[in-house]
This record gives sequence, C-alpha cells and structure tokens, in this order.
Amino acid sequence: MNVIRPYGDTMDDGKVQLSFTLPAPDGARGREAARKLVLSLGFKDCEVVHSAPLSAEFSFYVVYGKTETSVDFDAVVADEASADASMGMDEVNEFIRRELGRKVTVVGACTGFDAHTVGIDAIMNMKGYNHHYGLERYPEIEAYNLGAQVPNEKLIDYAVKVNADAILVSQVVTQKDTHIHNMTEFIELLEAKGLRGRFICVAGGPRIGNKLAVELGFDVGFGRGTYADDVATFIVKKLAERKGA
Amino acid sequence: MRTKLHLPKDRVDYARQLARRITQPVADFIDGHSSVTVERASLRLAGADGANADGVPVPNLVLDQIRAADPALLEEGATLRYVNALLKTGDEVPALNAKIAAGLDLMSLPLGDRGAIEDRARALAEAAAAKVKANRLHRDRKLEEFRDRNNKPLLYLIVATGNIYEDVKQAKAAAKQGADVIAVIRTTAQSLLDYVPFGATTEGFGGTYATQENFRIMRAALDEVAEQEKRYILLTNYASGLCMPEIAAMGALERLDMMLNDSMYGILFRDINMFRTFVDQKFSRMINAHAGIIINTGEDNYLTTSDAFEKAYTVLASQFLNEEFGFRAGLPPKLLGLGHAFEMDPTIKNGFLYELAQAQMAREIFPEHPLKYMPPTKFMSGDVFKGFAMNAMFNFVSKATNQGIHLLGMLTEAVHTPFMMDRYLAVENAKYVMNNMEDFYDDVEFRKDGLIVRRAHEVLSQTISFMEEVESIGMFDAIERGLFAEVKRPKDGGKGFEGLIKKGPGYFNPFEERLASELGLAGK
Repeated sequence: MNVIRPYGDTMDDGKVQLSFTLPAPDGARGREAARKLVLSLGFKDCEVVHSAPLSAEFSFYVVYGKTETSVDFDAVVADEASADASMGMDEVNEFIRRELGRKVTVVGACTGFDAHTVGIDAIMNMKGYNHHYGLERYPEIEAYNLGAQVPNEKLIDYAVKVNADAILVSQVVTQKDTHIHNMTEFIELLEAKGLRGRFICVAGGPRIGNKLAVELGFDVGFGRGTYADDVATFIVKKLAERKGA
Repeated sequence: MRTKLHLPKDRVDYARQLARRITQPVADFIDGHSSVTVERASLRLAGADGANADGVPVPNLVLDQIRAADPALLEEGATLRYVNALLKTGDEVPALNAKIAAGLDLMSLPLGDRGAIEDRARALAEAAAAKVKANRLHRDRKLEEFRDRNNKPLLYLIVATGNIYEDVKQAKAAAKQGADVIAVIRTTAQSLLDYVPFGATTEGFGGTYATQENFRIMRAALDEVAEQEKRYILLTNYASGLCMPEIAAMGALERLDMMLNDSMYGILFRDINMFRTFVDQKFSRMINAHAGIIINTGEDNYLTTSDAFEKAYTVLASQFLNEEFGFRAGLPPKLLGLGHAFEMDPTIKNGFLYELAQAQMAREIFPEHPLKYMPPTKFMSGDVFKGFAMNAMFNFVSKATNQGIHLLGMLTEAVHTPFMMDRYLAVENAKYVMNNMEDFYDDVEFRKDGLIVRRAHEVLSQTISFMEEVESIGMFDAIERGLFAEVKRPKDGGKGFEGLIKKGPGYFNPFEERLASELGLAGK
C-alpha cells in the first residue's frame, strides 16, 4: 500500500483547486451555492476565493477544497500503450534495419469530417513537434500523410495501394462522440474487406486513450503528449513480434 | 506613421509589384469564368431562398435544373433562367421560390425576350444593392452613435456550440464581458458542402452551420446587447469553402460586419480546386467590399502547418497576395483584415522579440489595414496556467504594435471548445495587459541595429526572394509544386472542380455588373 492524497503545502493536506461557472447571478447567494456544491462533492473544507459575474445570469468561481479521499498508488495501472520507454529516431531506424531488414510503410490521416491536421502532422510531418522529428524524417520509414477530412474508405484503399504496414487514424473532434463513430466505422470497413489482420491500426488524438482504442478494435491508442518516436516504437516492435511469431 | 523598423520603401513597393504580377494571370483566368456557387450567390442576391422537402436549397435546385437540361446553358449564367421564370409565371420572388421548392422545373418554361429579362434582372440587382447599402448605412450610424466605445484593438471571441440558440446565450455573455466581435465558428464539415443549409439549426460538430436564418438570429441578439452596452458588436462568419460567394451574399443581406475570406485557404487547407477557389474568392470579395464587410485572411494557417520562425516570410508573402487579390475585387485597405499569428515555439530564445518584429512589420507595411492577429494555438499544451501566460505575451505584442482585430486566446485551447469562463478570463487578461500599456506604441521605439529591426529586414528580404520564385514559376504551378504551406495541390485536383463554369459569349450576370460598377472595377 502506498496511499497518496493531493499535496498543497503539507503532506496529506488534500488541497485541490477548482474553478467553474454557475448559471446563477454573482453575489453572496452565488458564492454560497458554489461552496455547498463543492462540499457536496465530498470536500471537507471549502473556500470560495474569487467570484465574478459573466453576465446577468452566469457567474464564475475559483474555489479551494480539502479532500480526505486518497488513492493507493501501488494498485494503479495506467492506460498506456507501453510501459517501456520509447526508442529515439536513430534507434528505431537501427531496429528496423536489424530486426526487419526492409523499409516500413505507414499511412496516416485525420478521418471523416474532422479538419484538424495538427495531430497527424505532429506525428508524420518532417518537422515533427516539440523537437521530435516526424515519421517522414525516418530514413527507414516510408510515410504518407493524407491530411484531413479523409474518408475511411479512401484511407484503406491508399494503405492497400502502397502496401502499408500500419495505418494511423487521427481524431481531434470528439463533440457528440464523432470520433467513436469514425473509428468504429474504420475497423468495421477493414473487417468487411477482410483486411483487419493485414495492418497495425493506430489511433491517436488529444482525447484518445489506449483503452478506448483497443476496445474499438485498434491495436493501440495514443493520447496527448505522444510523439513520433512513441508511435514508431510501437509499430516496429509489433512488426518484429509478428515476424517472430 | 513614424517608422520603428526603417524598412526600405522601394523594397516594399517592389514586393507589391511582384504581388501584382503574380496575380495577373490568375485574374485573367478569373475574368473568363464563373462557378456554380457564383451563380447561386447571384440568385440569392436576386432573392432565391428556401429549400425543398429534402432540404435542397432553391438556388441549388435552379442550377441542377439548368445542368440537367443542358450543361452548356450554364455558360449564360443562372440568373437568366430564374428571372425568365419570374416573367413567365408573373410571380414575385417569394412565390416563385415556393413553386421551385415544390417542384417547378424552370427549364419547362420557354425563354422569353432577352431584353425584358435583363431589365427585370437589373431591377433585382438594384433592389439588392439598395438593401445592402441600407445595412451599411445602419452599421455606420451605429458605429458613429457608439464611437470610441469599442476596444482598440477590437476584442474578438468565438462561439461554437453547434446550436444557434445556445450560441446566442454565449455570444451575449461574451459581449457583456467586453468582446467587440463575435464569430460563430462553423460546423467542421460545412466548408466541403456545395450548398448552404436552410433555416435555424441546432446540430453541428465543433461549430454551427452558417445559414441565413442563423445569421439573422445572431444579428438580432448582438444588436440587442449593443443597445444595452452602448457598443456596436460586430458579427463574423466564414466566407470560405465551396460556397464562399453565397455565404458572402447572405452576410451582406443580414449585415454581418466581418467575414473570413482568404484567397488561397480553401486550396491549401481544404483541398478545394485552385481554379474554383480563385473564381469564388473574387466574387465573394466583391460582395464583401460592397457591403463594407471587413475580410479576415487566413495567414495563421500557414503557421499551424509550418514553423512560425523559419517560415515567417510565407505569412508576409501571403499578406501581399491577399492584399492584391483584395484590391482586384474592390476592397480598400480599411476592409483588408490581413491575418497573422503568435505561433512561435515558446522555447525559442528571444521568441517574443521575433513576434514583436513580425507584428510591427505587418503594421508598417500595411498601415491602414485592420490587421487580424491570431493567438497561440499550436503550442498550447493543456497546461492552462502556462497557456494563460502565453496569451498575456500575445496580448502584449498586439497592443505594442497597434493591431486592429485581436482574436483572444483561450487558456483551454487544445483542451475543449471554450467554456464561458474561459472567454471571461481571456477578456480580463487582455483588458489588464492593454490598459496597462495604453500608450506603449507611441512611446517606445526600437534600436536601429537591434534584434527586432534586423529580424524584420531579414523577413522582408526572404519574402521578396520567395515571391520572385513564385513569379518565375507562375502561381498555378507554384501551388502545384507545394511552395505554399508545404502542400501540393494539382491543378485539376481537389474538390469542386466540376463546378467551374466557363463564361460563354451570352453570359449575363447583372449582380456582377452592378458590383463592378459600384466598386469602380468596370472596364478594368
């Protein structure tokens, strides 16, 4: 057992900061409503440190609460693609040369009506993101970034055409669960064509978890803070695993 | 304006000449062409509105009927057939719209006397122009009545719930908090629809459908807040995608004040065919110009796909090109809200100085233009506290360089569509920073041999080299080869190519004629 609580300035003080809007006018009554709300969440102490009107009908609160709730850190299992550290770009290329002995082909797109290329670009474009080069820069990887608003059908056809090893599906917009419909449709299409086993399927996006992606039939899901190295490491290790099997 | 950067005037003039030369072949192409959405926009100006039971809008029905009868007839323009139907049925516009929505085929009516059709069509163009002028006059009067009540730069906030009635609540709150400009972001798929949906809408993804009824609803709401706040609230929407001119027409009729309108955005970032986009942007900008609508160009997009430090020159080059395409469509400098963005990697040493250089350079090269400055998005991480600090730096640069339109950054960018309180915090941040440095712009100069001045000169010089390369290759080929935003777009590729129309010898468009004469473009 390794029980932990939020740390403010003393071990186990359980201090948490919250901010939210209430559909009620600002004022003494609004602040009391905010306090009661936070207490009802299970916080023991609650201090409303700031409130302001957003309009005649809405008000904003900054609140500090104290919780006695804790978590056993030893019992925590993370929803991550791999517990191992990812290899860097050079290591990945070396791994491909050594273990696979051929180039690896990756096709990626932001699918459906989603117009946000920022995620797929961060993973695939030459430049990469935050000093992690994208897959296009990897000499041992042939990377095809199809951009945004690509229909699932088109992405699959392209992957077949270039004989891809892996397909990356990026989903940024999650309003009304569009990402789930899109990702489900992608896997169903692959299965209908009898192609699911042919590709390593990777989902990614700021609100995509590994658990969700695997549930929907992907091999893996990558969320916020993922770089090209993480994706490349997963793909090449999986390919090596399949080769060995 | 006193210069702080000492940019060589002859080089700036030369860049403008390059822009003129680069856009000339494009302009020649545009003059010989129309498109399905240019025709539909003309019909909308004539009053064509409504939709059939399947939701197909009346302007689309008209185009579909002409095309089904004989695609070559589109070369005469769609207005001819619509106005012919008015004369043949003896109906007024609303009654004809209802009949078309109910299934009337315009092509079943024989084409009558061309002179009579043209007279009636010109009367409709006259009526549309009068309506748009009245809107413009109303805006000018309100701006005069509430003069000096708006923030400088104008504070611009976005609402994006998908439901126009929910948008209204958020927009009113944002205006009450201090916003001068409200943009209703569009649902993510709309740019690729080759029609404009009809009526009020409550379902959208990442935004709300741009429809004429939605425009009307939001306009009324903002006018109401404006009276309470004694501050004119500008309404913004997107004249972009496959229906640029139609949305511009709706914006003109419903008194929008700003519209996103970029000459190349659709090509590069939405994979819309280049010829189609160039034709569409021209007509849409003529409509914007006549309506006194400030356009916002999309240079910020270059920086979300490319590095903002290394590719700073692509922003300036695009500003020159957008300006020239704007001039060619009759937009004066005061309606050219050229875009740029605060998107440099926050870990760059002296990044703030480079941002300052870029923003000041835009200010000096485009002195009368209400520059539209966009906040950091690419390096917003989910660390809302750092994000708030980055937004403060952005606010500082904007005020320090006297920008015109300031799109407020959200501390929760990259996390979710903004909460109501996120907008409030953004306004508070901006007001604090901007009030604290009210006279900074007039008071502070830069060292002549310093980092900021040198950076601006370097970017101008890179811009000129880049534009020389584009000129030598030619605009269409340059796009095809990926010179812009590192994306390659084939000439015959992209969406909407099939909707391009070659103007025939009998082409008739009284709205285009009218706009050209109002804007002083006739005979050019």
